[in-house]
Order: sequence, then C-alpha cells, then structure tokens
Amino acid sequence: MNYLTRRLVTFPLIMLGVSVLVFVAIRMVPGDAITAMLGTEAGLLTPDQRKALAGYFGIDRSWTAQYWHWLLGALQGDLGLSVTNGKPVLDVILSRFPLTIELALLAVVIALCIGLPLGVFAATRNQKPSDLAVRIFAMLGQSTPSFVIGLLILYILSSVFGILPTMGSAVSLFEDPIGNLKQLILPALTLGFSFTASVTRISRSAMLDVLNDDYVRTARSKGVPALQVIWRHALPNALIPVVTLSGVEFGYLLGGAVLVEKIYALPGLGRLALDAILQRDYALVQGCVLFVALNFMIVNLLVDLAYAALDPRIRLGGR
Amino acid sequence: MTPLLSVRDLRVGFGKGDAVKEIVHGVSFDLHPGETLAIVGESGSGKSVTALSINRLIDYGGGRILSGAIALRTRKGEALDLTQTSPQRMEKIRGAEIGMIFQEPMTSLNPVKTIGWQLEEAFRLHRGLSGAAAHKAAIEALERVRIPDAERRLGYYPHQLSGGMLQRVMIAIALATNPRLLIADEPTTALDVSVQAQIMALLAELKRETGTGMIFITHDIGLVAGIADRVLVMQAGDVVEQGPLDQILDAPQHPYTQHLLKAVPHFAGGEAVRHDFRRVDALKQRPALTVDDLTVRFPVTSGLLRRKTGAVHAVESVSFDLMPGETLAIVGESGSGKSTTARALLDLVQPVRGSFEVRGLEGKSQHRPVQMVFQNPYASLNPRLNVESLLAEPVRAGGGRLTSAMRDRMTYLLARVGLPTDSLTRYPHEFSGGQRQRLCIARALMVDPSVLVLDEAVSALDVSVQAKVLELLVDLQKELHLAYLFVSHDMAVVERIAHRIAVVYAGQIVEMGDAAAVLSNPQHSYTRRLIAAVPTIERRRERFELDTRSVPSLVKPIGYEPREASWISYGPDHKARAEELSA
Amino acid sequence: MADLLRGLLRHPSGRIGGAIVALYIIVAVLAHLGVTPYDPIQQFRIDRLKPPSGAHWMGTDMFGRDVLSRLMVGIGQSFLVAFASVGISAVIGTALGLTAAWFGHLWDGVVMRLMDILLAFPAVLLALLIIAVIGPGTGTSVMAIAFVYTPIFTRVVRGPALSIKSRDFVDAARTFGSSRVYILTRHLMLNLVAPLTVQVTLALAWSLLTEAGLSFLGLGTQPPASSLGLMLSESGNLMEMAPWLLVFPGIAIMLGILGFNLLGDALRDILDPKTRSALA
Repeated sequence: MNYLTRRLVTFPLIMLGVSVLVFVAIRMVPGDAITAMLGTEAGLLTPDQRKALAGYFGIDRSWTAQYWHWLLGALQGDLGLSVTNGKPVLDVILSRFPLTIELALLAVVIALCIGLPLGVFAATRNQKPSDLAVRIFAMLGQSTPSFVIGLLILYILSSVFGILPTMGSAVSLFEDPIGNLKQLILPALTLGFSFTASVTRISRSAMLDVLNDDYVRTARSKGVPALQVIWRHALPNALIPVVTLSGVEFGYLLGGAVLVEKIYALPGLGRLALDAILQRDYALVQGCVLFVALNFMIVNLLVDLAYAALDPRIRLGGR
Repeated sequence: MTPLLSVRDLRVGFGKGDAVKEIVHGVSFDLHPGETLAIVGESGSGKSVTALSINRLIDYGGGRILSGAIALRTRKGEALDLTQTSPQRMEKIRGAEIGMIFQEPMTSLNPVKTIGWQLEEAFRLHRGLSGAAAHKAAIEALERVRIPDAERRLGYYPHQLSGGMLQRVMIAIALATNPRLLIADEPTTALDVSVQAQIMALLAELKRETGTGMIFITHDIGLVAGIADRVLVMQAGDVVEQGPLDQILDAPQHPYTQHLLKAVPHFAGGEAVRHDFRRVDALKQRPALTVDDLTVRFPVTSGLLRRKTGAVHAVESVSFDLMPGETLAIVGESGSGKSTTARALLDLVQPVRGSFEVRGLEGKSQHRPVQMVFQNPYASLNPRLNVESLLAEPVRAGGGRLTSAMRDRMTYLLARVGLPTDSLTRYPHEFSGGQRQRLCIARALMVDPSVLVLDEAVSALDVSVQAKVLELLVDLQKELHLAYLFVSHDMAVVERIAHRIAVVYAGQIVEMGDAAAVLSNPQHSYTRRLIAAVPTIERRRERFELDTRSVPSLVKPIGYEPREASWISYGPDHKARAEELSA
Repeated sequence: MADLLRGLLRHPSGRIGGAIVALYIIVAVLAHLGVTPYDPIQQFRIDRLKPPSGAHWMGTDMFGRDVLSRLMVGIGQSFLVAFASVGISAVIGTALGLTAAWFGHLWDGVVMRLMDILLAFPAVLLALLIIAVIGPGTGTSVMAIAFVYTPIFTRVVRGPALSIKSRDFVDAARTFGSSRVYILTRHLMLNLVAPLTVQVTLALAWSLLTEAGLSFLGLGTQPPASSLGLMLSESGNLMEMAPWLLVFPGIAIMLGILGFNLLGDALRDILDPKTRSALA
C-alpha cells in the first residue's frame, strides 16, 4: 500500500486515540468531576445541586456514554464551557490561536531561511574554520533553552537600550501589520533560535552524506559545475531529512510557545493552556490539548505531502 | 599516430601532510583513439583510483595526484596535462572529452530526478541544447543504447527501472556528447551474468559505432577477452604486466597474471572440473541429504485489507539427493530461488510442500546435521561477540557447555581452517573478509555436520582469496567426508568445486547432472544461454548477442499449479527439463 | 569500555562534553550529600541581592540566599529528574521496541499505534497534560518527561532491532537452534547498546531542558526547593537590578545541556561507524 494512503487512513484513527487519551486523562484528575470542573466553589454545593449538575453535565452516566457524548459534541465544535470565564472553550481557543500559529510559522521561516543556507555552506567547507564556526554556533544554539535566550534578549533590551517590546495585548496582523511584526519578531527569533540550530546541523550532515553519494560523483563526471552539483543535484536529496525534522520540530515549537508567550507576556494559545492548568479549568485544558494535537498532526500530514513531493520513491511507490 | 591519452609515472595518494599514503605507485600507459585498454586487478590494486585520477574525480574522494603526468589530446587537437588543469577547466573536459560509467547503476543516478532530466542536462551543459532540442537528443540517446519505448522512459525515475536498464541509461549519458574517451569502472560487476553479457555487447557495438577510446576497469580477466585491445594488470598499486590482449592471455609473464588466468572458467571438454569422486560407487550408501518436491511460496497481498491475491512461486517442486563426500552446485541468477532452496533446508523459510531427510554420520550424536555458511562474511558474524563466543554458539544452542575439550576443539578447528590459534579473544572486525569466511566455516564445523550448505560462500571474496578458500573446502570435504550444497551464480567457481550441477531458472530445476556433462554439453536452452553469457578467454573479441528476453514473473494467481515436468535423459547422470516449443 | 573512553578522550567534543558532564555529576552528588557553601534555603536577611563577592561567589537572591548553593542544589535536582525520567523511558521504551520488532504482527501494530498516539502530542503539551492531571511536583516532572520520551526510545530501538533481526548472523543463530533469549540478548541487545547510549545521552540533554522549562513555568520543582528553571523564573523581575540571578543559572543550564549534547555527538561518531567518516 502506498505510504501516503496509509498515512491518510491512519490519521483519523490516531486522532480518535488522541481524543480517548485526553478524555481519560482528564477523568483521572483526583476528586470528583464536579470539583474538577468548578474547583473550590464546588464545596458550596448542596448534595441535590451536585446531583442536578451531574445530570446536567451527563457525568452520572458510564464513561463510554460520556465519551460518546463528549466526542459527538467535540465533532460539532462543542468543547464545553470554560469555568474561569464562562465562554465556550472553542471560542476562547480560536481567539488566541492566530497569535501562536503566526509565532510558530515565523519561527519556521526564520529557521529555514538561516539554517538551510548555513548548513549547506558548512558542508561545502567541511573541516575548514568556517565550518567549525558554524558547527559551534549550531551546537550552542541547540543547547540554549528558549527561555534563557528570551530573558537575555529582554535584559539586553532593557538595560542596554532602555526599551521594552509591546507586551500584553496582541496587535492584529491585519490592522497593523508592521506593529504586529515588531511585536512578534523578537519572540519568533527566541522561539526559532534552537530550531535554526537544528536545521543547520541536519542540513549540514544531510548534505555531507549526499555529497558522498554515487549520483553526485556521476554529476561531476558529466562536467556539471560545482555550484550546480550542490544546488541542483545534492540539495533536493538533502532536503528530505530536513523536511522530516521540520515536522518533528514543529511540535517543539508549539510547546515552546508556552514559554516564549510567558516571557513576552503574549496572549497566545500556550499561555491560555498554562493558565488553564494553573486555574484547574479542565474543560479548557482538554480543549487546548486536543486542538494543538490536531494542528500538530495536520502539520505532520503536510510534511508527509512535502516529503512525497520531494521523493518520487515515496510518491510513486516501488517498481 | 599520437596517443589520445598518455599517462606517465602517475602516483596517487590519500591523506594530508605527513600522513599521505601512496595508493598508486607510478602507472604509465598510452591509449590511442578508438582503442580499448583493460585495467585488471583485485580490490585494493589501485585500478579504480587510477581511473578516477584521469578525470580528476579523485579530488572529491580525498585523494591527490602526487606526481606524474596525464596528457590528453582534446578534440581541437591541443595537448593538456590533466594533473595541472584548473578545476573550472576540468568541468568543461568531464562529460565533453571524458565520459564515465560506474559500478553501481542503482545508486549512480539521482533518485529524485527523471531519467530525461539527467540525460538532457548533459546536452544542455556541453552542447547548449535546451527545451525540445534537448528532449529530442535525449530520445535519440536512449534509442542508441537500445532502450525500447524511449520517449516514455524519459519520464521515469531511476527506481522504476532495473539495474541493466539503468546501466544503459548511464552509458547513454556518458556517451551523450560523443566523448573521445570513455572510462568504464567495473560497469557489469553489480549485474547478473546474462545482463552483463548484454551490457558488454552494447559497449562493444557502441565502441565500433563511435570510435571512442575506452578504459575498461575490471576484476574479471575473463571479461577482458571480449572487449580489450590491450591489457594492464595491477597489483597493490603497481603495474605488474601490460601488453596486447593475446600476449597477456596466451603468454602471461608475471606469476600474478598467471594466477588470475587460472581462475577463469573453461567449460569446453569439461576437463577443468573435479574428478575426485565417483557417484556410482557412492550410490551404495544412503544419501546424506534427500530433498523431495520442495516447494516454497510467499503470499502476495494487496489493498487496504491485505487480501491474498497470489503467491511468489520462489521454489517449485525441487528434488535431488546428495551423497556424503559429494558437492552439488545449485546455479542460477538472482531471483531464481537458489538461495530460498538453501534457506528452506535450514528452516529459515517454511516450505508449503515437500520434504527433506538428513542422515547423520553414524556413531555421532548430532544436534544439527545441516550447517550453513552465508554469502557476506561481514554480516554473518555478530560484531559484538569474540571468536570464542561465536564458535561456542552452535554447541551451546545444542545444550553443550564450554568445557576445556570444547576449547581444544576450537583451537584445533581454527588451526585447521588456517587462522591463528590466538584468535579466540579477538573480534570479527580484526579479520579480513577471507579470514571471516574461514571463521564461519570453523563455526559450522563445531557441531560435526554431515551436510554443509554454502550460500554464495565465496562470492564476496577476491579471486585469489576465493581460490584459497575453495582449496580449504575441498580438503575439508575429503578429510571429513562432508556433503556440500554449493549455491552460486558464478560459473567459474562452480566449475572448480562441483561434482554435480543443478541449474535453476524461475524457481525450478531445468537441468541437472554430472558437472562435466552439464558444462560441456548443456541441453536446456537456459543453461546454454547462461554458459554462453559467461566470459571466457577462449571467446576473444567475439560479438555477444543482444538478448532482450526477460525472466517470467514468479507471481502467480491463487490456486495456480505449474504443469508437472517431464525430463529427458542425456546420459547416465544428466537430465534436462523438456521445453515447450511455443515458448 | 576502555576503548570507548580512549575514543572519547581523542574526540574534541568528547573531551569537552565529558569534562562538563563529569563536573556536573560531581556537583550534583555533592549537592545531594549536602556539601554546599551555605544552606541553600537559609536566608541572610541583611545580605539580600548582594552581587558576587568573596563570601557569596555568585551573590545572593532577594531573600538573601546564597546563589551558588542554590545553583548546586538546583543542578542536583535537575540531574535527579533527568536521570530518573530517562532511565524509566529507556527501560520501558527498549522493552516495547525490542518486543515489537521481535514478535511483529499484532503486538507490533498495537505498540506502534499507541506510540503514534503519544507522538501526536507536542512533547511539552503532553507533559503539561500529565501535570494538569497529577498536579505539579518533582515526581510529576519525572513521570511527564518519561511519558514523552518512551515513544521516542521505542522507535529508536525498534528500527535498528528490525534491521539486526534480518541480518545474517541472526539467521545463522537460528540455524544453530539458539534460543530466543540468547538471540534477543546476545545478538539484538548487544548490538543496540551503541545507538541506545547515544540516544540516552541526547535524551538527558533534552530532559534537562524540559525540567528547567517546566520549573520555569512553575509546574516542576516547587519552592522553596531549588531548581535551575525556578531560579531563572524568580530572576525575571529583578534582572535589571541583579543580573547575576539571571546569568549564573542561565549559563549553568546551557552548559549542562551543551555537555550532554557534545558527549552524545562524540559517542555517535565513535559508536556509529557510518557517520564516523564524515568527521575528523
């Protein structure tokens, strides 16, 4: 069976598994579900109120029945109500989502635009001083947590330049694109820093591998000029591992957004999830986790499509 | 006449600074336009390094030309010393003046670009063609190497074509701009014999058509006879002998050349085969191994639900018997089912039908009377275990313990197969390929087997190492009265070790009998083709026939049963399967 | 083993990485033994927010606690979480990956689909979900990181195990009639030690990073206990006034991760001959 069809077939199955896991995880919170939902205020309820609430939320039914009820709701976009602000979970998520996805995409663009050329350059200078410099940069970049970078940037900005980036509320991309970019460029650099380092490392080593391949020798034996050997023959092959890595790293970016949004006080999805955990707003936690997992899976599916576009062996299958 | 290429005292080394290791120690030769020079040698002889130095691809492999001159006369008539040419100038010379084809067609083409793109690139670079003109030139180039349906094939990716087809594409690319010199570095080594014959025929024909000078690198001196005008023999970086083809083949001066020539098969007359075993006498005993109607099929599934849609008929009712002290060679090309047969006898694959019976040596309690030696000595020994653990494994598996008697047996067997007795504490990576194969033989002998299955056991070894391992096998057979089932694709090796031969084609035995009879008087059309495809030094500059027949598919629908074979006897011990006339 | 050490000493990143990791392990052990310049939670009220000096090499924080002592304890805490979580996930992941590769069929399918589900979560998010369920704390951090890394170890083991399983020496072992246990331990496991060592080292780097991140968010180690992430998060509002509170823990985290990354790279070069050629 074709690789892509297999991915497409398993996609809904894995999503179903993810939803079961999230559902079960939240049901495993110690204490009963009413307390879990209402927090300390649940202590004020009379037994009758409790019973009524249990009936209202459907939690007096069996777990499987509850799961079906919840899943059917989720499929129609009903992820329940957020206890902390009384709004539908989905609405809250959708209002925070654009900022996080923009942040992550910016980080990806930065990482690919810097990391890829840098890695290819280092590979062609294998073992020379410039290669060593790139490798040291990449090693340091991969070892520095985003929140350390973020704090350092803030420290330098405030103590050396005496300025602070816009914090708090989000500047809309459509109303004020320049203001939006100004607001997000530093967080995106912070978030994309270690990703840039890994793209550099992977593209360097992939390129080194590919440059030793037989077909590169063939290209040289045909008299293909050195630059074309790299860009036209080697790079399309070296891109394959870089693309695979990008899918995995995107997950780290979505997670890393939690930290970066906290440092820069940005109202994104990561902060939302963090606050929901701290405030025990379980419906919101559930919604956030499910939503981000879905997005991560869609990105990985896109990565697989890109993978197939790059590699005819995947696209067309065997002989 | 001025030579096309003149190499003088070429020295090539690897490494930097003081750590330079010289690999090629001063090679000199001339090549005239339209002439073919064969460079023959084993691995490590420096033959490929020499070839890669001529178009300076060695620069990219970590090597460096230390001294010497490579004078090339270009199309325009100027003389260039390639050792002094700038990298930019070399890019113009590669492809335009010097074309090259490599050993591994499967990996030598870019997997993410179409055949057409890769062909058109050559025209774009050296002839300035683009668009429709390049496309048309690419079609013509594919047609020139006899690829049918060329226009459609241009849209194919390398993984969609077979090895033989890919090597033709490589040749088409190398010859795209009519270079004056073609370097072919072991172009047929990775291919089956019959495909090899086709590629050789094609090269010979194209050489006649274009008048290209050629340097043909090979380890197989038999292959040289069909194509070369002059021969240069290399050993460990030195040229040991060079001269015209006939002189080298008929009156070799250097012992190394003589040694290489000894490994070439003869077939005709059948006098080169072993005559140390008389089957008639042996038939009074019980056979060491009897195989009856052995059939192996692998299910083929398709679709989402993995429904069974058919089966690969890998081995189809194979029957034979093997006497103690006898060698039966199973010969066939890749995909013929010869290895599957061997693996079925060791329980590594499950047959769907058939049986086999093994008789142990009398008076010895045997845990596993059939033992196997695998093709790749680098893969068949666990790299993390030392020799003692490796040799102990078969005994331990049978419930034996590591006693001093067993250690004595280990040292005895190590010495017997020609390895140092202090090897017990060493690890596989400390041994060469030939030594590892000896180690595998010693390991198999630890449990006193009566039958040894040798699956391409010497195929990965160089000719001279091969000869020594074969010698050891013959000695051990006589000494221990072992029965050998020798699976191989290599007719030259089979000729030297087999008493009897079974030829397999598409999962079935098509001919079987006494080795001398089968080799000198083949009856089945496939056997004939196979033998005709094997290069021998008798067939000099002979035209190989282009044969485009393909092997029938082994995948059959569910419930398919092949027709029962009928056999025709051609002698006391020689029979062949009757062929359908329509085929 | 001796070969490996010699190889590490010859490898430039192996030397540096090894030295850093060794230093950190010593510091961590000392911290767990209670050998620190000061009591890490003792508050010197008059010495609040003092810059580095002879008495307090790395200064003091806003409660007048000795930063060096807190840093040492923090390293000890981070290492405890890192080693515990990586240890758990390596053992479980190896067991799952090995059995999935060996038995194949249904078991392989079940295990790998489960791992696919876990891998469908962005790593930090999965950790957050677990913390949300159990509540923050050191034990939760260990469990959360172990959960995230188990599917990765399973994959890292299963791939090579499948390829080793099809190698000739395993077929040879079968022809001898070697037992399953022998083949699994001597042939498969022994050859998996190299890729596992590399992966464990790199996982330790990642796990240090994650632990620091979780503590930074207030979801890992809880005050007044000390942890590198926690120290950074406490420094946040004071960094203009007391930059040493930011600089020392920041460098400590970075250096620790760098050490394991360098060591992992060196081990990969030494143990994996395929990539060895590409390097010096």
